[in-house]
Amino acid sequence: MMPSAAVQESFDVYSVRKHFPILNREVKGKPLVYFDNAASSQKPQVVIDALVNYYTGFNANIHRGIHSLAEEATAAYEATRDAAAQYINSPSREQIIFTRGTTEGINLVAQTWGRQNVKKGDEIIISTMEHHSNIVPWYILAQEKDAVLKVIPVSETGELIFEEYEKLLSDKTKIVAIGHASNSLGTINPVKKIIQKAHAAGAVVLVDGAQSSVHLDINVQDLDCDFFVFSSHKMYGPTGVGVLYGKYNLLETMPVYQGGGEMIKEVEFGRIIYNDLPYKYEAGTPNIADTVALKAAIDFVSQIGKENIRKHESELLAYATNQLQQVPGLKIYGRAKDKVSLVSFVVEKVHPQDLGILLDNRGVAVRTGHHCTQPLMDFFCIPGTTRASFAMYNTIEEIDILVDGLQRAIKKLA
Amino acid sequence: MSTSNGHKRIEEIEQEIVEEFSLFDTWDDKYEYIIDLGKKLPPLESQFKKDENKVRGCQSTVWLVAEYKNGRIYYKAESDAVIVKGLISMLIRVLSGQKPDEIVETKLDFLSEIGMMKHLAQTRSNGLLAMVRQMKNYALAFKLKHESV
Repeated sequence: MMPSAAVQESFDVYSVRKHFPILNREVKGKPLVYFDNAASSQKPQVVIDALVNYYTGFNANIHRGIHSLAEEATAAYEATRDAAAQYINSPSREQIIFTRGTTEGINLVAQTWGRQNVKKGDEIIISTMEHHSNIVPWYILAQEKDAVLKVIPVSETGELIFEEYEKLLSDKTKIVAIGHASNSLGTINPVKKIIQKAHAAGAVVLVDGAQSSVHLDINVQDLDCDFFVFSSHKMYGPTGVGVLYGKYNLLETMPVYQGGGEMIKEVEFGRIIYNDLPYKYEAGTPNIADTVALKAAIDFVSQIGKENIRKHESELLAYATNQLQQVPGLKIYGRAKDKVSLVSFVVEKVHPQDLGILLDNRGVAVRTGHHCTQPLMDFFCIPGTTRASFAMYNTIEEIDILVDGLQRAIKKLA
Repeated sequence: MSTSNGHKRIEEIEQEIVEEFSLFDTWDDKYEYIIDLGKKLPPLESQFKKDENKVRGCQSTVWLVAEYKNGRIYYKAESDAVIVKGLISMLIRVLSGQKPDEIVETKLDFLSEIGMMKHLAQTRSNGLLAMVRQMKNYALAFKLKHESV
């Protein structure tokens, strides 16, 4: 079990690995090497225990029941809200809305704030490196409102061209929706600067934190973002739950998203009074179990220490970059100075899918394809990449297995 | 068991492939064989490499065309990924030159018998199932067009 002390003083990856039971399994007869963390990370035992404890100990519907189980379930669910608020330094717990994940968070903002505030001819700014989840909701809104989607271009190194962004801003800009870190390149975007410029132009900013919340310290007050969205399952928590943070006055004045139970105060036919924040946006019975277990993930990350994790992941990134660069014909996409811990690459004359299949045969899980960022792949004129993304439990030895597997695969395929 | 006009039946070809794969002990060897098949697959003429011939549901690009001649269907296909080309090569070997009815009906058990279903087909990303479906769709379409009474 985890020691109950605060942040661990030293980081030992082999002790960390012991918390993740899945890392003991084999794939295709080989020890699993899991490098698809940017898609979804594995779960520590404490998170799995939290799920089991909820169902074996205090499963009940929350907020309305008067009995003990309902009270315990409500307390656990609301404790995660406090933990999430603290995790991103939200000024209040009411500004933490639970969603199904990052995608739902973005859709919620597009369909509520967006529908209320974006009018014909208004402009929405996104970037070339956005995940489809941060493109499609805005595309739908722009179609509906006859608004214009403007796209910040990226450079050859995979970084946003800031001057071009500044040129796109105008009094027509209503919202800037930007990824904190790119899932296919790893680039960490200068969101604080982006937010300052947007605010100066009178626009609000949504930050897609799907790839950053697990790696970086998130401080929504320091960033001064208007909305911040992230997913539990990419930060060692369960699937099916995410967080939408918003500035209080925005959340307060936005129209409701989905209607149902929990989000109302009083219902008479012809007259409905909606509930206060945060419940106004949480219609229906939420994903109680996974939300409860998300707290275990947040606590776990805090105990291991984000600084420890970041240091370890930086070492993995530096080592992997260096080793991969030495593979003949291999080109790394995303060479920004500031990157989260992932490497995306293409090998000359070798299709990523073939690499993915042969690496899987050696027990190595990587992601191949367009990573839900087709516009970015089009920009680089490639069908897709092979991506190895690292987490706190990955090791240098595993990177050696990847590189060795790659070299064998290339020999066969080329 | 060949039919009178020299065509091997689907099950017969499947059995040949199963026997060939039984020679391999490891998946390394099986993949090497599939890759080899892929490299040997004749390229598809460029006029066929257009959007309407693309098979949807593949992570790699697969072009598939079919032709109906004398009651039988002939397939040609290519991909930009070599393992997929190897799979295509096997599917063409089994299905090309067969009657529409037989193509529609076949369960392609050889894919399970050589372990391919278990090894590859769990995710849609490799496109194996999408290719099989598309080949069967062609067979069904030709059957309805040429053989409906």
